[in-house]
Amino acid sequence: MEIFDTFFNIPVLIRTFPLLMSGLWVTLQIGVVSIIAGLILGLILSLIRLYAAKWLQVIAKSYINLMRSIPLLVLLIIVYYALPFVGIRLSPFMSAVSALSLVSAAYTAEIFRAGIEAIPKGQFEASSALGLSYRHMMVDVILPQAIRIVIPPMTNNCINVMKDTALASVVAMPDLLKQATQAQALAANPSPLIGAAIIYVAFLLPLVAAVSRLERSYAKADR
Amino acid sequence: MSGYISIRNLHKRFGAFTALKGIDLEIAEGEVVCVIGPSGSGKSTLIRCINLLEPFEPGSTITVGGTEVAAGRNLEKVRAEVGMVFQSFNLFPHLTVLRNVMLAPLRVRAQSVPDAERRARDLLARVGIGEQADKYPGKLSGGQQQRVAIARALAMDPKVMLFDEPTSSLDPEMVGEVLDVMKSLAGTGVTMVVVTHEMGFARQVADRVIFMDGGRIIEAGTPAQIFDTPQEERTRNFLGAVLNH
Repeated sequence: MEIFDTFFNIPVLIRTFPLLMSGLWVTLQIGVVSIIAGLILGLILSLIRLYAAKWLQVIAKSYINLMRSIPLLVLLIIVYYALPFVGIRLSPFMSAVSALSLVSAAYTAEIFRAGIEAIPKGQFEASSALGLSYRHMMVDVILPQAIRIVIPPMTNNCINVMKDTALASVVAMPDLLKQATQAQALAANPSPLIGAAIIYVAFLLPLVAAVSRLERSYAKADR
Repeated sequence: MSGYISIRNLHKRFGAFTALKGIDLEIAEGEVVCVIGPSGSGKSTLIRCINLLEPFEPGSTITVGGTEVAAGRNLEKVRAEVGMVFQSFNLFPHLTVLRNVMLAPLRVRAQSVPDAERRARDLLARVGIGEQADKYPGKLSGGQQQRVAIARALAMDPKVMLFDEPTSSLDPEMVGEVLDVMKSLAGTGVTMVVVTHEMGFARQVADRVIFMDGGRIIEAGTPAQIFDTPQEERTRNFLGAVLNH
């Protein structure tokens, strides 16, 4: 069958499998590091955006809006190809992680903000009235409740970050997509690309399903 | 004279609306004061100023046990001494009843977990919820939740307890159980300031009843003075409307 030889060529897939696996490893590294950095940066940003001095709030809000409107690919290319002109030379890995986490932090901050703002005012008042410090109020009362609210949108954001790691291939990062295109060139057959697509889906589909399940069970619990 | 709680020239504005127009009030240690009045009279705002849940206008002063109520270092100290019970309970839904009561003693008083737990279980038994300690607040009735909220405030051993319409969001059959807990609390030495619509409770338990209207204290006196021989026209009108049906 012509179509199987072209797209699902088993010998080609077997031959290029180690290359794809090494790409997957790089993709996971970029994704996980960017997600964690984005979460930390995003939480800090959201707290600044909500509670810091007015001028800091304005800066945080401007940053969030800027990062939400810049195309990720553009940012990545600026970080990798433009920053060296001012002496900032980042490795392909650091460029990819920087661009991804800078943008992810902006989305994460908005998600955290929505989560915190969804907590009723009475929870803040009860905490204050008990004499809890700001730190204890956030850590013991507000954030545990906010995190439950933000888990579905936050998981969505993580899925987006994982998918966007594919953009790292344009800064010569040997990630899953880059390895797949190389393998395709070597084998003169596009089966490795299909293999890469299947690997992406195999990793992300369970996450997508988990989000749907969480959203359904939360909707039920809130009723 | 200067009371345990001392309120002088208290003004509070919400934008263009003036909620409190110069309140002067001294409350003695151990006194039980009930604040009554029509909605919008400023009575809730008044007690929310005592622990600075509402910031008030410059020129106003409130002291509790000699400590001035103001933003800054002293505020957490004042709040640790002043318990508050809210109309809408405001329990922490992600923590068990027991953990709700233990949280502030653990974090603010730095008590050990066994000490805090022993005290919390005692208090929950005292308000009649001993059996429900390990449930989450959402599983409890409104009356039970409000009693947990009282236990949570008492766990800090406050000198003052503020009650902001504690029975107003309860089904009628649950009002009594909460009022009973509050009655047993009166006379234990804790100073109580209660904003309420429960005139029976005010008459029976209060040392002093304060009638507020339009952001001012119109009249204050013993329950007998206020309920039986009110001096002011507005007090008479309000009591007439509340009591005569």
